[in-house]
Amino acid sequence: MSELAFFIDYSRCIGCQACVQACAECDTHRGVSMIHLETIQRSESVQTAPQVCMHCEDPICARVCPADAIKKTPDGVVQSSLKPRCIGCSNCVVACPFGVPKYSAEIDQMMKCDMCYDRSSVGKKPMCATVCPSGALTYTTMEDIQRTRRGIPINSWKFGGEEVRTKVYVMVPKAVERVDVDLVQITATPSALPEDPYDVALMLEGM
Amino acid sequence: MAKLPIDIPAIVDQFGPSLHRVPPGGWNQTGQDEKLVKTHCCFCGQQCGIQLRVRENRVVGFEPWEDFPFNKGKLCPKGVKRYMQDEHPDRLKTPLQRVEGKGYEPISWDAALDRVASEIKRIQQAYGKDAFGILTGASLTNEKAYLMGKFARVAVQTANLDYNGRLCMVSAGAASKKVFGIDRSANPWSDIPKAKAILVAGANVGECAPITTDYLWQARDNGAKLIVMDPRMTPIARNADLFIPVRSGGDIGVFHGMMRIMIQQGWIDRDYIEKYTAGFDEYARVVDRYTPEYAAKIAGVPADLIVKAAEIWGPAPTSFLLHARGIEHHSKGVENCIAAIQLVLATGRLGREGCGYAMITGQGNGQGAREQGQKCDQLPGNRDISNPEHRKYIAGVWGVPEESIPGKGLSAVPLLEAINDGKIKGLLLICFNPTVSLPDANFVRKALEKLEFFVNIDFFLSETGRYADIVLPGSLMEEDEGTTTNVEGRVIHHRKAVSPPVDAREDWKIICDIASRLENADKFRYSSPHDIFEELRVASKGGISDYYGMTWEKIDAENGVFWPCPELGHPGTPRLYEDKKFNHPDGKAHFHPVDWRPSAEMPDEEYPIILTTGRVVSHFLSGTQTRRIGALLDQYSQPLCEMHPKLAEKLGIAEGDFVKVESRRGHVVVRAQIVKTIRPDTVFVPYHWPLDRSANNMTIRAIDPISNIPEYKICAVRVMKTDTPTDRISQLGMEAGGVR
Repeated sequence: MSELAFFIDYSRCIGCQACVQACAECDTHRGVSMIHLETIQRSESVQTAPQVCMHCEDPICARVCPADAIKKTPDGVVQSSLKPRCIGCSNCVVACPFGVPKYSAEIDQMMKCDMCYDRSSVGKKPMCATVCPSGALTYTTMEDIQRTRRGIPINSWKFGGEEVRTKVYVMVPKAVERVDVDLVQITATPSALPEDPYDVALMLEGM
Repeated sequence: MAKLPIDIPAIVDQFGPSLHRVPPGGWNQTGQDEKLVKTHCCFCGQQCGIQLRVRENRVVGFEPWEDFPFNKGKLCPKGVKRYMQDEHPDRLKTPLQRVEGKGYEPISWDAALDRVASEIKRIQQAYGKDAFGILTGASLTNEKAYLMGKFARVAVQTANLDYNGRLCMVSAGAASKKVFGIDRSANPWSDIPKAKAILVAGANVGECAPITTDYLWQARDNGAKLIVMDPRMTPIARNADLFIPVRSGGDIGVFHGMMRIMIQQGWIDRDYIEKYTAGFDEYARVVDRYTPEYAAKIAGVPADLIVKAAEIWGPAPTSFLLHARGIEHHSKGVENCIAAIQLVLATGRLGREGCGYAMITGQGNGQGAREQGQKCDQLPGNRDISNPEHRKYIAGVWGVPEESIPGKGLSAVPLLEAINDGKIKGLLLICFNPTVSLPDANFVRKALEKLEFFVNIDFFLSETGRYADIVLPGSLMEEDEGTTTNVEGRVIHHRKAVSPPVDAREDWKIICDIASRLENADKFRYSSPHDIFEELRVASKGGISDYYGMTWEKIDAENGVFWPCPELGHPGTPRLYEDKKFNHPDGKAHFHPVDWRPSAEMPDEEYPIILTTGRVVSHFLSGTQTRRIGALLDQYSQPLCEMHPKLAEKLGIAEGDFVKVESRRGHVVVRAQIVKTIRPDTVFVPYHWPLDRSANNMTIRAIDPISNIPEYKICAVRVMKTDTPTDRISQLGMEAGGVR
């Protein structure tokens, strides 16, 4: 069996927050969730999106850290800041293209999702991807995800001029190779979508 | 007395709801768990497997249970935080008695039980046996549900016993019985991902049955088309292949409109209908009137959506229907469900892999608790209390004369009405919070005050428990042992993790303690819930829901057993109707010519807007448990009134404004949430909150004539902008009915 990997499928998310609530139950940081759920624009849609650390191959948070406090494990998991090193400057918080690291004033340290390293390093699934009832967060093998899902997993992003590759994959429609964030929309979004696809009043027009 | 002994803020101060946020020992406690107990979530009918972490007789956390086949470790936020109800500061730990002007004072168990028994006797001697009513719940285990039915008929000997499944599963159950003769989802959930067309009618799956979401998405990833019917674009509707924003109460328009097209296109199985069913022609004659135009008018949606639904459902090789409260909470709830499941029957896509239907039970033991004889018209094994053969069999099991078993009693809403009319003078209530969960809450509160004696068994003092003369501290799910039957009809085992705290007692012991002071005391000498299960097995033998072939050991070994399981060697029955035999005397399934009719209260000039009510993902039912868990309340703190921007503009209401939502029966003041994801003629208010925030202040006390389910999903209201409330109730915490 090949290596287990983390996959996010935003189209499956139901916004239930089981991931956020379960994250706060992890033994290494009990009581504090390291991940969050974005409610995109509730007035327009029920779309939500869970945000875990994407674990960049070349983590920007670590690159901008003046104290060299953010380390990546040999298996590619980007850890929270090292307590003796972190100076609480929040460079990482500002620099992360995914908005993941959070500065905790209470402990004067940056904490972030470490893919439940205490669990995943011993073969268990991260807490969020274990409980997620919709399968929006999944921790499984590449073969399994390719066999069971319609979309394809990609881990290549472009933020303006900055290309980023991540350990965490996102599920996208076939033919998408990279998420271009400066275009706001994924490039392969069908142009046939109506202008406001989630307005119930528009659906009732023609009555 | 049954009146509040002191004012509400003073009660809240002492008994909550208050918020519990930190596990016992604090977030950072170290040390080893003593036990990891494999059991099930206490909340909804999905009954997810979960492991509870236990130290020093305290539940300190949870661990996913990935080997349990139904949810494979998945949980919703309620499941994740459920353990926070353990060690809760609001927990009732000793019997209490009402003291006018002072509140509730502790008394001994013997004094409390003696008082309960003597009040039951006094009321029954003065007003007759049926003047004492019993209301129970569908979150009770099978063992407790069975015990409550026997307790009412054998110890108290009252006909007036009913349960809060009356607010939940009865329309679905009655419809399935009428069409197929059996009240159970026809398939295990593992059939859902194998279907190529899925119709979800009136089920906010993402919020009310979150674990089912993955089954739906698996089906879609396997190429299924998903149709969702709901007045609101729910989380699963957002990505459905076809979303039909049906007007609440207009569902039959969609179902019959689809069927008319299917008949015309030949998308029904004539051979199956001919061989295995009866009544199709009469049904087809009714359906024939539902032209796309007429169907669209009834459903309140454009006709092309109904045509598209027929085009997806009709020719599909395999299909699965899921329905829930959205079509069931109506004064025509049974007819709605019949119309829905006849879409399944007419295609013959039933009783095989990837083909069938399910009703999504809402409450923890929504399935099992409706089979063991705690309904007003029912005996164990889903037997009929009016059937002489059924009565004779159960009388034999109980060792009582058949004629001593009372007849059919009143269902929940009429039972409350009988209290209001002075016909029922005493009430025992367990696992039910009717001042929050029954419709027309102002009426419910007024009726309760007329009771001469009211005893409540619960683990927290609910908003209804505040009216009690005696409160008996019962047990949480994890403080006792027993079985429940999940949404699929799979009987599963809840294991005991900890003992009830201090002087609280297991519910079944409390009932047996009361019974020991009443008639037939010798019929209630159980030493454990396992004893009760062994009797339940025998009582269910030969009934529709036959558990006779089950043992707790078998349930454990096989991760649950599906009923019917009539013999010890029987493997259980995950999928019904594989033999195309139905449980009617003629062996056939029966079509019924149901027709659309208006809801009890349609919008008019004075009250021009439709109110529909429902749930949010972080709360469960009347909120007695979830409004006490900080993390869940934080997620959705107070009820909001969802409305479309078009309606908001017409009413001059902006996001976050306080609005008064008012019906002919009552009102709430809540904040507005303006969203494009709801029909412009409809507003939505979730019902988990009490008092001035209770959506049921507005709902109508109209019930389905067959199932007696209340019409929670539609009543007429008006909505207006209002000032920020400043009264004392509004200043309470949001968990207690306050508003911010």
